[in-house]
Formats: sequence, C-alpha cells, structure tokens
Amino acid sequence: MRAGYATRLSRIAPYAFMAPAVMIMAGALLWPLAHSVWLSFHEWKLGTPQDAAVFTGLENYRILLADPDTLTSLRVTLVFAFTVVALEVALGVGLAILLERPIRGLNALRSIFIMPMMIAPIVVGLLWRYMYNEQFGPLAQLLFMFGVEESPPWLTSPDWALASVIIADVWQWTPFIFILALAALQSVPTSVVEAARMDGARPRQTVLYVKLPLILPVIIVAALLRLIDAFKVLEVIFIMTEGGPGLSTEILSMRIYKTAFEFQQLGRASALSNLLLLLVAAISVGLVLFNKLRERAHASG
Amino acid sequence: MQAGEHRAGAGPAYYVFLAGMALLCLAPVVLMVVTSLKVRTQIFSDKLTFFFVPTVSHYAAAFGDAALTRTLGNSMAVALFATALTMAAGCMAAYALARFSFFGRGVVSGATLLMRMVPPAVLVAPIFMLWTYQFGISDTLSGLVLAYTALNLPFVIWILQSFFAQTPPQLEEAARLDGANPFQTFFFVILPIVAPGMAAAAIFAFRIAWNEFILALVLTNRFTRTIPVEISLSISEHNIAWGKVMAVGTLIAIPPLIFTFIAARHIVRGLTAGAVKG
Repeated sequence: MRAGYATRLSRIAPYAFMAPAVMIMAGALLWPLAHSVWLSFHEWKLGTPQDAAVFTGLENYRILLADPDTLTSLRVTLVFAFTVVALEVALGVGLAILLERPIRGLNALRSIFIMPMMIAPIVVGLLWRYMYNEQFGPLAQLLFMFGVEESPPWLTSPDWALASVIIADVWQWTPFIFILALAALQSVPTSVVEAARMDGARPRQTVLYVKLPLILPVIIVAALLRLIDAFKVLEVIFIMTEGGPGLSTEILSMRIYKTAFEFQQLGRASALSNLLLLLVAAISVGLVLFNKLRERAHASG
Repeated sequence: MQAGEHRAGAGPAYYVFLAGMALLCLAPVVLMVVTSLKVRTQIFSDKLTFFFVPTVSHYAAAFGDAALTRTLGNSMAVALFATALTMAAGCMAAYALARFSFFGRGVVSGATLLMRMVPPAVLVAPIFMLWTYQFGISDTLSGLVLAYTALNLPFVIWILQSFFAQTPPQLEEAARLDGANPFQTFFFVILPIVAPGMAAAAIFAFRIAWNEFILALVLTNRFTRTIPVEISLSISEHNIAWGKVMAVGTLIAIPPLIFTFIAARHIVRGLTAGAVKG
C-alpha cells in the first residue's frame, strides 16, 4: 500500500515541479505573444475600451510594408545588429588571441571586463549620452585638450548618430566575446599545441591554423547569441537618441514602442512586433540547429 | 624551445596593453561617478578637471527628493520579490527538466529555450493591454513582479538545469532508499547542493528585474514607478541636471556592480551558459 502511494507521488512529482513555472510563463509570456498576434489583425487605439478593437485582417501588415519608414527602420536594425556583432567578434577574438597567456592577472581583471554588461542599459545610455555631449562631455573635453574646439556632432547629426550608438554597444559587449574566446582558447589541450609545434609550426601559425579552427564553434555560438541580443536592444538607444535624429537610429524595437505609445496604434505595433519576432526566431532556429550539429559531431567524433 | 619561452614571457608592453583595456572598460563608469561628485560649474566646463573637492550635494539632493526615494524603494521591492518568485518556480522546473522524463518534457524544454529569445519590445503592447484589461494589474508593483518573473524564468531555468544535471543521481537513489519522497529529496538533499548555482541564477534574475526599463515605463504610474523610469524622465527635459542624474545613475549601478565583484566567476559562467558547454 505504502509503495503504491510512493509510486503515485513520484509520478506526479515532475508535473508538480513544473506547474508554477509553466503557469507563469503561459500567462505572462505565451498569452501576451498570442495576444500580440490577435492584436496585429485588429485596429485598436490606446485609451479606448478593449472592445473598440476592430478586426481589419491583414490591413496592419499591408500598411507597414507599404510604409517606407518601416523599411528604413528594418535597415537601421540590420545595420546596427550586424555591425556591432562583426566589430565585437573581430575585436573580442583578436584581443583574446593577443592576450592569451598563462598569466594570473588576466582572470583578476575579469570583474572589470564584465562591469559594462552588468550595468543597467538605461545607465549605459545615460553614460554615453554624457560622454557624447558636445559642450561639456568628456570626449569633447578631451578633443579640446588637443586643440579641437568643435566637437563632432556625435548624436545630433543623422550621419554620426548610428555610428555613435554602435560604439556604445561595442564598448558594452566586446568583453563578452573576449571572455568567451579567452576561455575557449585556454581550454585547447596543450598536447594539440605541442604537436603543432613539434611539426614546426610557428606560434602565429599555431594560432591561425590550429587554435582558431578549434574554437570556431564557440565563436559562432557566441556571435549568434549576441546577434539575438542585438535585436533586443532598445533602452540604450531610447535614452541616447530616441531613434533620432530623423530615423537614423530608429531600430525596430524603438519603432514598436513609438507606434504603440506615441502614435497609439497598438494593432500596428503588434504587427511590427511579430515581424521582429520572426527575425529573431529565424536566428534562434539557426542557433539551435548549429548546436544540434555540434552535438552530433561531438558524438561521432 | 624558443617559442615556449616566448609564450610564457609577458613583457611590460603586455601589461600596459591589458591595463589600457581595463581602463577603457572602466573610464565611462568612473567618469559617471566623478561627475556625480562635482559641483555644477565644474560639470559644465569645457575643460577636463582632474583635481577638485568632491561634493555629496547631488546625492543629498537625490535622497532628499521624496519621489525619488519612493522609486528606489519600489525598484528594490519589485526586484527582490521577482527574484524570489523566479527562483522558487525556476528551481523546481529546472530540477524536473534535468531529472525526470515526463509527458510534454520536450515541448516545455524547447519552448523555454525559445522564449529566452523574445525581445522585450515585442511584449510591451500586449502586456500593457492584458495587464490593463484582462488582469487589472497595471500600475501595480505586483504587475511588474509578474512580468519580470515571466521574463526571467526561461533564462534561469536554462542555467539551473545544468547545475542540477551535474549532481550525482546516486544521491536521489540513496534518499529514496531511506524512504524520502521526491519532494523531500528535492528540498532537503538536492537544493542545498546546488546553492552556489542558485546564487548565480539569483544574481541574474535580480539584475534583469532591477535594470529593466521599458515594461516598467508602460506598466507603472507616478506612485509605482521604478528608478530607471524616474531617471529617464529626468533627462528628457532640456535643462538636464547632470550632477543629480549621474548620482542617481551611480545608485542604479551599485547593486549589480557589488554582485559583479563578489561573484565574478559565477557570473561569467551564467553569461557564457549555452555558448560553452555548461
């Protein structure tokens, strides 16, 4: 009798353990996502009662895709995301290769390197808005010391703004790639490096042809993770430029916010949300597939 | 042999370079703190001032501002409750995923992984609408706690799963033979072992909830506002009081930075979870 009770208890155990998390995620993540799909087929203005939503079919999507501003925003998003990831990977991996040495001090500096990632995005945006201030920002002061009296229009010119917010993101996230690449390099077995050296490879050749290929999978995964995160960026740009000047830094998530809460078109904002979600989902699927491939290669190799 | 020596040796240039990198990471943060300690005229100068008598007047102004201290309290309450709730639900779920095979496991596991990728901006409109009309919890702190818990769960479950997977299964076997049921085994045998992993996950959950801005912006009012929202409102004006803004920025940055220094190793592990096998 007692055994039966115990079996029954262990049979319901996993469901009991899962229940709270599943309920919260279903109610506050899945439901909103589903609601966003529903909302994207309706026209609904902020501040009107919920039953004022009118079913309009694909109208929201049609309006969005016919709007040149959507395409501009999409272009800005893609340029921002791919540029920051390319720069961060190049810088992070490059620095890791340059600095990889069995030295104790390196790990002690880790706390300093992860600082930019731990700080609130809102504060990062604030920091850089101050850095870029043309009258009294530290960059202007520094240039002034070298005799440059006119500060570049970091955030006030449409030609500069995107580059300026890219710099801020590169500052914040290059250490992430650096730490990952460094950890991967340090985990390359010494026997492999030793073997390459025995075969007469120079240190630089060992890095390029032996170590780099070995850590490539880690770098690719890190780059994909960063790419997903780059599409999530909102707060730093919100504080630095609010998407301006003009549309020069109007990434999709900024535009979603504006469409919903400034233009008060929640239906259209949801349609835009779903487009962004599709983009991110495509990369995520790529990431999952890549990990599966890696596991398989690992199992067979 | 020469290559080996070359590799081990690190000349002064190496350390200078390393120090330069650390300085680049630090500089903006240090400048924020320094600016928060300067008086007005020094802040709005077009020259760099290196030596000055620090003032705490901006901090005094921040703490003297009743609206601001309230937002600070709101932020703390929301972040702590959201972290507690995330950890409670997250630990149990991660354990179930790591240790049991049950109907729907694959679906839940996959969905959790994918939900981690959802950009917060995507949730802003529907969450605002649901919280306002369906749940009636907009403008409340519990509304924010619910949103942050949901936002944090996928990530926390993912990190914790690897910690649970690493505990030896013999422990559960031994506990079962001693007559413990699965719940007792979980609470009294497994949880104490993964405490370090839980600490790391809790730091992440706290950081997300403490730092979050965009959902807080649309889900709160004057009384339930959190501190990131408050600071964003104070810089949309034309005459920005940079001294006070930097002081508040420093206050926001302090809790996550404290964690960074006491648990750097675990944080690196959390950040890299998924990229390097963890």
